[in-house]
Amino acid sequence: MAFSSLTRRGFGVLSAAFLATSALVAPATAQTPPGVLVVGQIAEPQALDPHAVTAVNDFRILMNLYDGLVRYASGTLEVEPALAESWTISEDGTVYTFSLREGVTFHDGSPFDAEAVVFNFERMLNEDHPYHNTGPFPLSFFFGAVQSVEAVDPYTVRFTLNEPYAPFLSNLAYPTGLIVSPAAVMQNGANFGRTPSGTGPFRFAEWRSNEAVVITRNDDHWEGAPALEAVVFRPISDANTRVAEMLSGGIDMMVEVPPVALSQFRGDRYQVVEQAGPHLWFLILNMKEGPFVDKRVRQAANYAINKEALVNDVLEGTATIAAGPTPPAFAWAYNEDLDPYPYDPDRARALIAEAGAEAASLTFYVTEGGSGMLDPVPMGTAIQADLAAVGFDVRIETYEWNTFLGRVNPGLEGRADMAQMAWMTNDPDTLPFLTLRTDAWPDKGGFNSGYYSNPEVDALLEAARVATDQDDRARLYKEMQVIVQEDAPWVFVANWKQNAVTSGAVENFQLEPSFFLLLKDVVKN
Amino acid sequence: MGGYILKRLISAIPVLLGITVIVFLIMAMIPGDPATAILGSYATPENVERLNRQLGLDEPLWKQYFIWLGNLLQGDFGRSFALNRPVLDEILDRFSATLILAGTAFVLCAVLGVAAGVISAARQYGLADKAITFVVILGISVPSFFLGMMMILLFAVQLRWLPASGMYSIWGGGGLVDLIRHLTMPALALAVVATGVVARLSRGAMLEVLRQDFIRTARAKGVHERRVIRGHALRAAMVSIIPVLGIQAGFVLSGAVYIEMVFQWPGVGRMLVDAILKRDILLVQGGVVFVAACYVGFNIVVDVAQAWLDPRIKT
Repeated sequence: MAFSSLTRRGFGVLSAAFLATSALVAPATAQTPPGVLVVGQIAEPQALDPHAVTAVNDFRILMNLYDGLVRYASGTLEVEPALAESWTISEDGTVYTFSLREGVTFHDGSPFDAEAVVFNFERMLNEDHPYHNTGPFPLSFFFGAVQSVEAVDPYTVRFTLNEPYAPFLSNLAYPTGLIVSPAAVMQNGANFGRTPSGTGPFRFAEWRSNEAVVITRNDDHWEGAPALEAVVFRPISDANTRVAEMLSGGIDMMVEVPPVALSQFRGDRYQVVEQAGPHLWFLILNMKEGPFVDKRVRQAANYAINKEALVNDVLEGTATIAAGPTPPAFAWAYNEDLDPYPYDPDRARALIAEAGAEAASLTFYVTEGGSGMLDPVPMGTAIQADLAAVGFDVRIETYEWNTFLGRVNPGLEGRADMAQMAWMTNDPDTLPFLTLRTDAWPDKGGFNSGYYSNPEVDALLEAARVATDQDDRARLYKEMQVIVQEDAPWVFVANWKQNAVTSGAVENFQLEPSFFLLLKDVVKN
Repeated sequence: MGGYILKRLISAIPVLLGITVIVFLIMAMIPGDPATAILGSYATPENVERLNRQLGLDEPLWKQYFIWLGNLLQGDFGRSFALNRPVLDEILDRFSATLILAGTAFVLCAVLGVAAGVISAARQYGLADKAITFVVILGISVPSFFLGMMMILLFAVQLRWLPASGMYSIWGGGGLVDLIRHLTMPALALAVVATGVVARLSRGAMLEVLRQDFIRTARAKGVHERRVIRGHALRAAMVSIIPVLGIQAGFVLSGAVYIEMVFQWPGVGRMLVDAILKRDILLVQGGVVFVAACYVGFNIVVDVAQAWLDPRIKT
């Protein structure tokens, strides 16, 4: 329509449309009120039943709704009392007796006591329990060593293990050990995951599917009421959209900021928070066949890869260089004396020449992406180039995450010389126990896909698992790290730093090494 | 007429059964199983087997299929393990969100597309025609998800006029105005390509009609030009425009998947993408069967409508 032919009526229609548009646009981005924190999550939670879920994304909500018997002390991965005020461990390390906090009630009003604790663990572990069918409980093997749970008196509960198992306490501090209200489970059955009730600092308010989970302040919490009035968790699975929501003021906090987007949040309007976690990104080397059978070639690979470039350039500073098999986040068990393999291509070439493995061709399994894998494809390409520089001909094979796991977990024999892998655990025992022992080879049900075997390491790990004294355990793990670093069954690459961005209105927020999100003390102005 | 409808309904049964078989087999064949997806790093063979038993996935494949089909026929879509809620509840929630988005986009593309086409044709090679053609070609060429991201950057991040994502405000939201504010960008982004196509084809259809004798007759009779265009030409051109609109309706519905991801619209497309990544078998199967049944139903309605309008088709 040419302008000259614009009739009066046409003009009227246009003006009306313009007015309507301005009315829609006018209440420019309604900010959430003070005291209400909106968190941008990476996905819709699976359920709010701590025993039924496995994702960190869900744990971020759960840790604010529930308490466990014990928890990680702020800023560490060391266990401290929570719903249990104290505990004793029998001499042989098989009986744990907890004294429970008195006067605590669940959000639904039912009392927290020893019977409630028994109900929680029986429901998960005993297939004949009347509420076992409210599962499945995928991580219940965390408590696989538990033989029985008994209420000694209303505020004393006793766990008997079938063998000494040192990670038991830190597994209790994991979300799988959070305590749910038995009354609520009995009332809601399988729907408990959508109508949760715990003892935590926030109580469940509302779950609008695919829009938000809302939790509100629990004024009766045993540690005092939290500062926030409410927290809203919004699932925003697309990272770009999450960043846009943060920039437009739609959310007050976002987690897992893509490395490339971090620069947009430098400045006064935002705070970037970082925290290294119990995460390790590494390359499994096939020690059964091919060039990596020779220790010198495995060490050469560690020297040849420029880890500094990987964490700074590919990962944009969202990770630190890993020195050995144990992440530094396990401060008490980490060997500070360990230095990462330096980037030294000349030394790598010398070692390769010594071993007579020049110009070997290698098959390298790379995944497109997966839990904790960071930026696997660019990292894989950079590693390929570094290894090419010392004379290896590396052929990359890329797989979707599930297929990738299906090829790597049964072992690399006959398939590949190296594979990417990442783990995030809650206890220094888990990763080496499942991936480095001789008894953890794939044919024995473990994840030692590169077939590493060193009797000394086996003995240290077995001993650490049954030791009940933390100092003893620490000494054993530190010794293990030295041997494993020297043996180089893996290329140790990076420890991921979790990050989060908050708007300037948010105060008192810090990330935990556990990667959980604790919002009890957070303030929003 | 009743017999024809019955015939069409009966012929839909094998189609739907075929869909259940295909979607079931695809989910059984893709690598990775739900237990591995749930357990992640902890997927030891032992843990996987235990979880599969709890999920009922240790039965032979044919048995799983018939259990699923039997439940489906009784209206029981099962329970999504990833969302821990009945599959049908989730699908109905999500499908209504998709209908709102795709429906709005369809109305936009039909109204704007036909209007642009008519104006273009009425002023062939004029300034308005050239301007519209330029915009339309641009619209057809820009991928909708890219356009969506650019719109978020401009209207949500820079100008802060409209919310970046979601369907309702997270705090104190709800209500029609709130919905329209959230709907504006995704519906426009989704409608742009379809609008371009409709505009181009409407222009062609109109030009075709405008060359015909009865238009010249109308003009010769002294009918007002506006009436010639709207009354005579457009009515005749609609015969060839309507099938195009039908095709675009399907296009808009399938294009919604990308837009739902970009704008985090809680629709059925995003649901299926998430469910496939999580290997949430029952949700994927139920979702695909439901959407397929809707397509089949829609096709039957269109066929019946055509048969009603044009008795020759019934044979």
